[in-house]
Amino acid sequence: MIVRPSLVSCSLLLRERRDRSIRGKAQAKRAAAGSRAKTARRPRIDRGPRQLSFTELPEAKPEPAPQVKIVAKSAGSAAVRPIESGQQAKVEAPAAAPASPRSSDRRETAESMAARQREISVSEFFTKNRHLLGFDNPQKALLTAIKEAVDNSLDACEEAGILPTLNIDIQQLAEDRFRVAVVDNGPGIVRAQVPKIFGKLLYGSKFHTLKQARGQQGIGISAAGMYGLLTTGKSVVVISRTAPVKPAHYYEIQIDTRKNAPQIITDSVIEWDQPHGTRVEIELVGTYKKGRHSVDDYIRQTAIANPHCEIFYSFPGVDGAQHFPRASEKLPPEPREIKPHPYGVELGALIKMLKETKVRNLVGALRRDFSRVSPRVAFEICQAAELRPLSNPHSIAITEAERLYRAINSVKIMSPPTNCLSPIGEEQILAGMQKEIPASFFTAITRSPAVYRGNPFQIEVGMAYGGSLPADDLVDLLRFANRVPLQYQQSGCAITKAALSIDWRSYGLSQAKGALPAGPMALFVHIASVWVPFTSESKEAIAAYPEIMRELRLALQDCGRRLAVHIRAHRREAEEQKKKSYIERYIPHIGIALREILGLPQKTEEELVTTLREVLERSRTTR
Amino acid sequence: MPEKQMLSSRPLSTASKEVLKAIKHSALDIEKKILARKKPTMKFPVRSLSNVRYHPDKGFFEIAGQKKERTLTVNTVKTFAQTLRMIALSKDLVESDDIATKREAYYVSKNWEDARFSEQPESDTVMDDVEAYFSVNREQLGFVPEEKGGDVAGRLIVIDRDRDTGKVLRIDCTRFGTGAYSIPITVEHLQFETRADFILVIETAGMFQRLVKHNYWKKANCILISMGGVPTRACRRFIRRLADYQKIPVYVFVDGDPYGITNIYRTLKVGSGNAAHLNEFFCVPQATFLGITPQDIVDYKLPTHPLKDVDVKRARDAIKNDPFIRHHTPWVAAMEQLLRLGVRAEQQALAKHGLNYVIDHYLPEKLRHPERFLP
Repeated sequence: MIVRPSLVSCSLLLRERRDRSIRGKAQAKRAAAGSRAKTARRPRIDRGPRQLSFTELPEAKPEPAPQVKIVAKSAGSAAVRPIESGQQAKVEAPAAAPASPRSSDRRETAESMAARQREISVSEFFTKNRHLLGFDNPQKALLTAIKEAVDNSLDACEEAGILPTLNIDIQQLAEDRFRVAVVDNGPGIVRAQVPKIFGKLLYGSKFHTLKQARGQQGIGISAAGMYGLLTTGKSVVVISRTAPVKPAHYYEIQIDTRKNAPQIITDSVIEWDQPHGTRVEIELVGTYKKGRHSVDDYIRQTAIANPHCEIFYSFPGVDGAQHFPRASEKLPPEPREIKPHPYGVELGALIKMLKETKVRNLVGALRRDFSRVSPRVAFEICQAAELRPLSNPHSIAITEAERLYRAINSVKIMSPPTNCLSPIGEEQILAGMQKEIPASFFTAITRSPAVYRGNPFQIEVGMAYGGSLPADDLVDLLRFANRVPLQYQQSGCAITKAALSIDWRSYGLSQAKGALPAGPMALFVHIASVWVPFTSESKEAIAAYPEIMRELRLALQDCGRRLAVHIRAHRREAEEQKKKSYIERYIPHIGIALREILGLPQKTEEELVTTLREVLERSRTTR
Repeated sequence: MPEKQMLSSRPLSTASKEVLKAIKHSALDIEKKILARKKPTMKFPVRSLSNVRYHPDKGFFEIAGQKKERTLTVNTVKTFAQTLRMIALSKDLVESDDIATKREAYYVSKNWEDARFSEQPESDTVMDDVEAYFSVNREQLGFVPEEKGGDVAGRLIVIDRDRDTGKVLRIDCTRFGTGAYSIPITVEHLQFETRADFILVIETAGMFQRLVKHNYWKKANCILISMGGVPTRACRRFIRRLADYQKIPVYVFVDGDPYGITNIYRTLKVGSGNAAHLNEFFCVPQATFLGITPQDIVDYKLPTHPLKDVDVKRARDAIKNDPFIRHHTPWVAAMEQLLRLGVRAEQQALAKHGLNYVIDHYLPEKLRHPERFLP
């Protein structure tokens, strides 16, 4: 059977502006391997609603995220062929009949198969494939649920220009059952949007923009709610208020997995002590653990990377909340949206953009829909593609689009603007680390923005050394993408690879071959980008593009040099101390020896020792 | 502190008095410097092969001028203190006519609190420094090595004295049967009587056993001495005094490999780089090399083993850097021949032609032409 990657382009996917080469490749490979249709379309759907916004959902707009409908045969079947156009979601699988079928050999006919073929919704799909959303095991499920809620809260607060204060509460109800609640002081959500945000998968606004944001970690709060519903049968409980003068609304929401639509169980107005904000509560099956990949770690790292945020965190086994104070009153600058750069566009996305453009000529379309395409560059592209500059973009067929795609990559185009990024900043990194890491030396660096495959990105590195950090352990590597801690797949991540590729011994740390350095150090590495290139759908590790590796290495080396200066100064001081104690320890023995050889009286011996000590002390200090 | 009960009532020897004088002199020098508010210093000769000269007339490695100065600073204060305490211990030993082995001295240091040595090699190094500093034999400082001196059998009477009674002891080295006389740690006081024609110095105890067992010394009228590897100072001194005293030639019979030639034979004949300040006494310039020569490997069709990497390195190094080998063209040629052959042969390899081939054929044939021995 054949599943071409482009065949999976159902309507939702066509709305997407761009693709990522890695995903594309992985998919092509799978398709080529003749894998089942299900695996071929998985990654596409997964990326859906991870960037939900509480504020940016204008009600007037037409349905921004149409329902995904994929035609599939029932389990274990062979052929799935959604139709190319993508406009019509529901189609019959075309019967690819053999040339001369012997009817006696045929177990099924196209008609009998058609009888069992029906639509599946995204929600249903994810119900069966919950690992794609980060709910593969109970420990990760708890973490993912909290992450989704926290990411949403922070994004909402920042967009509304509010310094975030979060209250995160994990209550253990039974051995493997938890009630998770996240309260923020954000702008709240208007009443009409609440059910859609919490009760419908693939609903959001940021997904369609090219802009630095959090939320690369999962598929949205609705998925967390769905997971809770699946494992415990309990609804998501939401309280939201948009202003002190408005009432607070209380909802209990469930997701109808068949229709991918919210079901409102309760909707009422209640008394609430928050002037504005949102509270989400989900009950779910999970595991609470300490250590690596723990929720505790995630919260702490979030506090480090977001020093403008204040967090109260209550977790099982301890009474009262742990307080992560705010270290900075400054909100990060708001990231700006940019148009895609031609170098980063893939063929499918290019075709889609040409089809949808409002401009009637090719040159104009290129200029309007891409960044850094001047009229001269646009003409150059047309020339290289042997296309008429004034031809209608809508009528450009696939073969011509391919020519255009190749032409784009042969023309020299200026790098995309980089002022759209919002790095954490050296000062803020230092503030974040200083409040959460008990070290004695801190340094941080924010590199200038750089570009990989047409996407601007920026690397930041912070270093905390000494203090009461464990001296014999491997360095604690904290990875962040757009301020969100990355906790899984450390070894596959470009950040880890860059850290491993550096000879830390020249900076005064010990390092075994092929391992991270050892020493009392925490290493903070952040990549900010309008599009962070993750290695896989699970969005836990960053792909090692040469440009990214280069920037990472430069930043790490820069910090390493500063660390080396510090360590050397420190060692010199220790050496001085040691030498001083040397004098104290060994000079008396010179006195003893001379007394024994010469038979000196006690008094002379003491005089010798005192004099000698003075002579050595003087020479040490004048040196 | 070493016990003082052993304090002998006998007056100290002149040598001991001189050592004591030197020790006191150096200590006074240091005291004076300190009281003058200056940093005291000690000068040591550099003890290595790069700081020796070879004089064929004198016949031994002589120390060249290089000296290292150890000034008392923050960095050297530990070693400086340890060196001084070692000197103090030596003074004590000499005064009481006592001895301490290297190991014992190391244990004495355990009483020095912070200045103690943690491992014996550290104390050995300091001891060697002290020895070089005073340019005397460490036995004169009261320190003696642990190792055995060597075994002697054959036509020799050693004249020693009983320590308590002072009575003369005549030790006949022909009367040990299948055993042997053991060379003591200090040999300066020994006297000799012999009518032997030559001294045969042997590397391995195994070959020595064979020659003693078959009374080879009777047949060849000689003195047999086993070194057991690189000869100790006592062994070297014993051979030297014996050879000087009776004016008899010394023939050396060792393995035919770079170690046997450059380490064992060379050290016996001209001394070592490490103890260059003392080689004058601890060398046997009249020694000549009987075998096994590289040419013997060819002539006697000896079974061989290939040279190991360390052997090749040692041989090349000797040709390039060893002043003794470089001075004697026959030796350079022999080493080059050995490298060309690429093999080594042990003394015992002669057993290929019969266990007693060495007694019946090899040694008699070689001894017919002592003038052909390598220098």
